[in-house]
Amino acid sequence: MRALGIILAGGNNNRMRELSNKRAIAAMPVGGSYRSIDFALSNMANSHIQRVAVLTQYNARSLNEHLSSSKWWDFGRKQGGLFLFTPTVTPDNSWWYRGTADAIYQNLTWLKQCHEPYVVIASGDGIYKIDYNKVLEYHIAKRADVTIVCTDCRDEDPTRFGVLKLNEDYRVVDFEEKPMVSDSQLISTGIYVIRRRQLIEMIERCAQEERSDFVKDILIRYKNLKRIYGYKMDTYWSNISTAESYYRTNMDFLKPEVREYFFGGDNPIYSKIDDLPPAKYNPGSSVKNSLIASGCIINGQVENSVLFKKVYVGNNCVIKNSIILNDVYLGDNAHIENCIVESRDTIRANSYHCGEDGIKIVIEKNERYVI
Amino acid sequence: MIKKEMIAMLLAGGQGSRLGVLTQKVAKPAVAFGGKYRIIDFPLSNCINSGIDTVGVLTQYQPLRLNTHIGIGIPWDLDKNVGGVTVLPPYEKSTNSEWYTGTANAIFQNMAYMEMYNPEYVLILSGDHIYKMDYEVMLDYHKANKADVTIACMPVPMEEASRFGIMITDGNGKITDFEEKPEHPRSNLASMGIYIFSWKALKESLIALKDQPGCDFGKHILPYCKDKGMNLFAYEFNGYWKDVGTLGSYWEANMELIDIIPEFNLYEEFWKIYTKGDVIRPQYISGDAVVERSLISEGAEIYGEVRNSVIGAGVTIKPGAVVRDSIIMQGTVIGERTTVDKAIIAENVTVGSDVAIGVGEEAENVLKPNIYRDGLAVVGENAVIPSGVRIGKNTAITGVTTLEDYPGGELPGGGAIAEKDGE
Repeated sequence: MRALGIILAGGNNNRMRELSNKRAIAAMPVGGSYRSIDFALSNMANSHIQRVAVLTQYNARSLNEHLSSSKWWDFGRKQGGLFLFTPTVTPDNSWWYRGTADAIYQNLTWLKQCHEPYVVIASGDGIYKIDYNKVLEYHIAKRADVTIVCTDCRDEDPTRFGVLKLNEDYRVVDFEEKPMVSDSQLISTGIYVIRRRQLIEMIERCAQEERSDFVKDILIRYKNLKRIYGYKMDTYWSNISTAESYYRTNMDFLKPEVREYFFGGDNPIYSKIDDLPPAKYNPGSSVKNSLIASGCIINGQVENSVLFKKVYVGNNCVIKNSIILNDVYLGDNAHIENCIVESRDTIRANSYHCGEDGIKIVIEKNERYVI
Repeated sequence: MIKKEMIAMLLAGGQGSRLGVLTQKVAKPAVAFGGKYRIIDFPLSNCINSGIDTVGVLTQYQPLRLNTHIGIGIPWDLDKNVGGVTVLPPYEKSTNSEWYTGTANAIFQNMAYMEMYNPEYVLILSGDHIYKMDYEVMLDYHKANKADVTIACMPVPMEEASRFGIMITDGNGKITDFEEKPEHPRSNLASMGIYIFSWKALKESLIALKDQPGCDFGKHILPYCKDKGMNLFAYEFNGYWKDVGTLGSYWEANMELIDIIPEFNLYEEFWKIYTKGDVIRPQYISGDAVVERSLISEGAEIYGEVRNSVIGAGVTIKPGAVVRDSIIMQGTVIGERTTVDKAIIAENVTVGSDVAIGVGEEAENVLKPNIYRDGLAVVGENAVIPSGVRIGKNTAITGVTTLEDYPGGELPGGGAIAEKDGE
């Protein structure tokens, strides 16, 4: 393969509210049986990228556990592999990653030792499918220095993204990061293709100037100097880094066309295998328009919801329009509506949770006696 | 030199002909069970959960599915530097070449494999039982008794005892006599086909009986050991154990998994059953679907009605279809408005729309009345059933069938349609 992959999974975002307290966004469960980073990783595997580095620093335990074997995504183990780079203390550096560019800079030795001529950079919070080879071909055809994959943000608010303007040749003429107001609907997906030597040069220069952010300090400053091009992506793309978009993205999986797009066809999304038994539906269960992951045991009512792995739904429970994350126990008669229930929660019998205006995030750490 | 205290030899070469069309193209241990598993997952998971990391799997009959399933043993953590899982098919030798002619003969032919690990004990397993068992506890029992052979046994109801190999013991578990399928059983301790041999005893008996045609553990090796005055002990096991050798018992064992608190519980954390799963996406239950008292595996899409059934991975039940008391295996599609009652439908079958399976009165099967019975309708893997036909009870179908195979649009109770290519 001509490219290696770097996944920037360090991020956190207070717009995730309490959900990101216990994990990096890249480790957020998505679509019933996946985690967010599976999408970038599977795209890389399906694009025949064999060597991938994941750069992370915020609460990496979940992510670490999830990535503990490169086997699941079918990366090479001898020719390539999956690398997880967290900040380490060295004689000349004792900083955390101060930004995306700094994160790459701190692992520059690795990048220099690789032999792939190109680098695909992606973030761990995008839900999409793409063949990075197509972007790479485009990059080469345009003789670009950097190619930014961008998309129309449709009903999303563009001001939480990097906003681009392209000329008729698709060259980037304007690039603003999270502007106050925006007259363009074209946003960066955080996926970039760049020649490896070019990246090393930019990152080294950036570090010398004591700058640290890949977008603000490199892309935006170089936008007139270097040939930066936009690659328009018009298929499904969603970013989960706010609680609202996280909820919406999961609910999207209830749509047949979204499921068909991600689950059908030849390029599947891979994930770590969990060895859970099939879901069990006991008498009294009633499930409508919902996604149910393996290991669930259902005794109550579930409607328009996504149940992640190993959720236990007690007798006479009512779950509506909600997302229940992994390993949640719901006691009898619990009522959950318009909620995201944090993983490993134990919800006591007869509890009532309802998001009145917007999504309620339920975090309840009760002791669990059953099972 | 490599040294393993105990290695396991898993007999997985049998056809399991009583499973009819289910084992027409796969060995019985590779038949799907409980939605996402295959029968061999149970002994393999037991091995790794008991700390046995060296397993030889003896294959012979239709091994392709078994080979691809086991691979290098990754799902069971049996991909080891030393040991791990090894698939052992019969092989050609310079002087004589033969198939595995019996259970003990198969083990004998793999003497070199066992010697490589220089074990003290060898555990002999068969690949066709559903159970959870800690073999280490059995080994402790074997050691404590200074036994040469320990046979795992299960108490069965006296009236059923004549279907099994029965062990007669003294008060301390020492076996004084045994009888194969006795008419008037003297005990109700049935052999489960699980043995621990001290390596010396096994090697000696295998070599002594190497010219015995069809050399079998129950028929030849155990009597030999007893005659030589070796110490034979019965290890009583009281957990769940099910021989899924017939279609009826296979269906029943699957149905037992659906009970509210099943006797055989797959949801226990401390004794996980591992399998190679290719499908990881969640299952989808549509707004019009009804699902009750069922097990449903990954990636299934349910638009119709499912009751009292076990549904495999990636199965599609289309709108208006009704599935009751049935087992539907991986990748099968049930068409619109089709009803399925008390049927076993194997992997990747396509059932058209407006089909009725398992209807009408029971009648004796024309082909194999001893196999296709209990009112079950059985469809073999990759079969195709055209829209609009009616299929009765005690029936068997394989291959791609068309309307012409159903005179009057019907396969009456007891009927059978065999695949046309004669396989």
